[in-house]
Amino acid sequence: MSATPIYGVMAEFDNPTALVHAAKAAYDAGYRQMDTYTPYPLEEAMEATGVHHNRVSLITLIGAMLGMIGGYSLEYWVSAINYPVNAGGKPFHSWPAFIPVTFECTVLGASLAAVFGMLILNGLPQPYHPVFNAPNFVRASKDRFFLCLEAQDPRFRLDEAKRFLQGFQPEDVTEVPY
Amino acid sequence: MEDVDQLPPKGVRPPIIGPGYNLGTLNDRIAGIVLTKHTPVFWFAVVGLAVMIFGMLNTAIAYLFAKGTGIWGINIPVGWGFAIVNFVWWVGIGHAGTLISAILLLFKQSWRTSINRFAEGMTIFAVMQAGLFPLIHTGRPWLAFYWLFPYPNSMGVWPQFRSPLIWDVFAVSTYFTVSFLFWGIGLIPDFATLRDSAKTLAVRRIYGMLAMGWRGSSRHWNRYETAYMLLAGLATPLVLSVHSVVSLDFAVSVIPGWHTTFFPPYFVAGAIYSGFAMVLILAIPFRYLYGMQDFITLRHLQNCGKLMLATGLIVAYAYGLEMFMGWYSHDKYELAMVHNRLHGPYSGYYWMLVICNIIIPQALWSNRVRSTPWMLFVLACVVNTGMWLERFVIVVMSLQRDFVPSSWGMYWFTKWDVMTFVGTMGFFTLLFFLFIRFMPAISITEMRVLLPQAKVKE
Repeated sequence: MSATPIYGVMAEFDNPTALVHAAKAAYDAGYRQMDTYTPYPLEEAMEATGVHHNRVSLITLIGAMLGMIGGYSLEYWVSAINYPVNAGGKPFHSWPAFIPVTFECTVLGASLAAVFGMLILNGLPQPYHPVFNAPNFVRASKDRFFLCLEAQDPRFRLDEAKRFLQGFQPEDVTEVPY
Repeated sequence: MEDVDQLPPKGVRPPIIGPGYNLGTLNDRIAGIVLTKHTPVFWFAVVGLAVMIFGMLNTAIAYLFAKGTGIWGINIPVGWGFAIVNFVWWVGIGHAGTLISAILLLFKQSWRTSINRFAEGMTIFAVMQAGLFPLIHTGRPWLAFYWLFPYPNSMGVWPQFRSPLIWDVFAVSTYFTVSFLFWGIGLIPDFATLRDSAKTLAVRRIYGMLAMGWRGSSRHWNRYETAYMLLAGLATPLVLSVHSVVSLDFAVSVIPGWHTTFFPPYFVAGAIYSGFAMVLILAIPFRYLYGMQDFITLRHLQNCGKLMLATGLIVAYAYGLEMFMGWYSHDKYELAMVHNRLHGPYSGYYWMLVICNIIIPQALWSNRVRSTPWMLFVLACVVNTGMWLERFVIVVMSLQRDFVPSSWGMYWFTKWDVMTFVGTMGFFTLLFFLFIRFMPAISITEMRVLLPQAKVKE
């Protein structure tokens, strides 16, 4: 262990092809705790770092179900149990008239679940994160592509990781302090 | 006309993004509008004017709350005047934003990218204006909540869920919420860009808070993309449902001219028609004033023109069908309704609507018209006038003469009706100009994907 703990080693690339190449090689070399930082979603980088599935769809489905059941139950309880009003001789439980609101509640539940599920799984809002300490990281939201091998990976050795990343001719390789 | 709007040779379509951009210059160009220290003079002029008109709206509403809805022209038999006409008009305008951002995304229409952000903004601001009208139409909105929203109140009274008006409350409020979420998650990576490109600490802090610590990690992008696609998938049936439900406010009743089953698709087509017209009304001055012709190219304008033409023809078909159904039903009240439209006291509105919505927009068949921004702008204004007249015809002409001639009446709008309507246009313009000044009006993140440089080479 070094004196100052570090989060990882960051390599900076000026094009997505080099980034994906490096990320693939790192995965093949056995690194698992790593991440890429790109200014736009890069399918290939997700695959290279072993990111495939996520639980946003499942959470959205649960939100949709809750919205649907909640909306319909509310209408049933209000119209048939708590406050039955005879409107034009229609049955109190007039289910076809309850469908539009049920549909809207389904979409609302699903959308809220999709957005907030995504934010929670991503751990956002997060005011501080060590990768922002990397020099030049402001360009990760502009025109540079970053690969970070993280120190918590069991395979991580500082010098080795630096040397490994240097092999891909990045613009820069730096240590990311906490 | 600007040089940048030169048409390419025949048979070649204009590009969807001007040549010669890379990730850096694209960023500086779009973020520059927001991060510049020099706010353009026209911005102050427009916002100043919009604030004054917004003030007029506030005056009209304050007077309404003081006096009641009697200051408007509504009475029996026409109880739904300007308020409902304007409500339907504004909600309809919102629809093109969702169509562009959700439906065209699912169909992988990459040209949508540069217009989707401000079209979504347009949706949100238009729905805000729309929502205002039914609320103030109640006269005392603070007393209306218990029959609009289901919440346990001290009277033990609940909304009537069999009523299309309650469906409407749910449809419009869900539509607003989902549009806002869609817009919001699209903005997160762009806020991160603004945070990182900001030159002063205060600006960096503000956009930093809005970006919520976004750092572009592949794990985050993966979940983000899933959520974004799911929202698009959810917004698609939602947007079709919203104007369908709005149309049911009319169609579920037994009033001649309203009681028809084809209202939902007819209303949705009309909504998209007026929405694309509004997209053009906003996009053409925006690209000109901010020099964004490289991002909102002739291709975008042409495509909006084509979509206007297509939806306009659907609307024309619906007008024909209305007449046909009146005749085919052999119902004397329906026939009287048709006669009233063509020859009644408001027939001028009807014929103006036919001219604005059917006859003049046929000019869109010409490629030259579709490629000339000022002509498109004029056409879009004509179409939105026509769409407003259409709603006037639907709302007022059916109520004005129903079954019993003794209950017939006329509707005359007052200056307060006009002030409220014009006021919402000022409010809309104000919100829109604040938006283009403080948020990226073109999605920087999504534009990056269109650059050749952004692709991974094998």
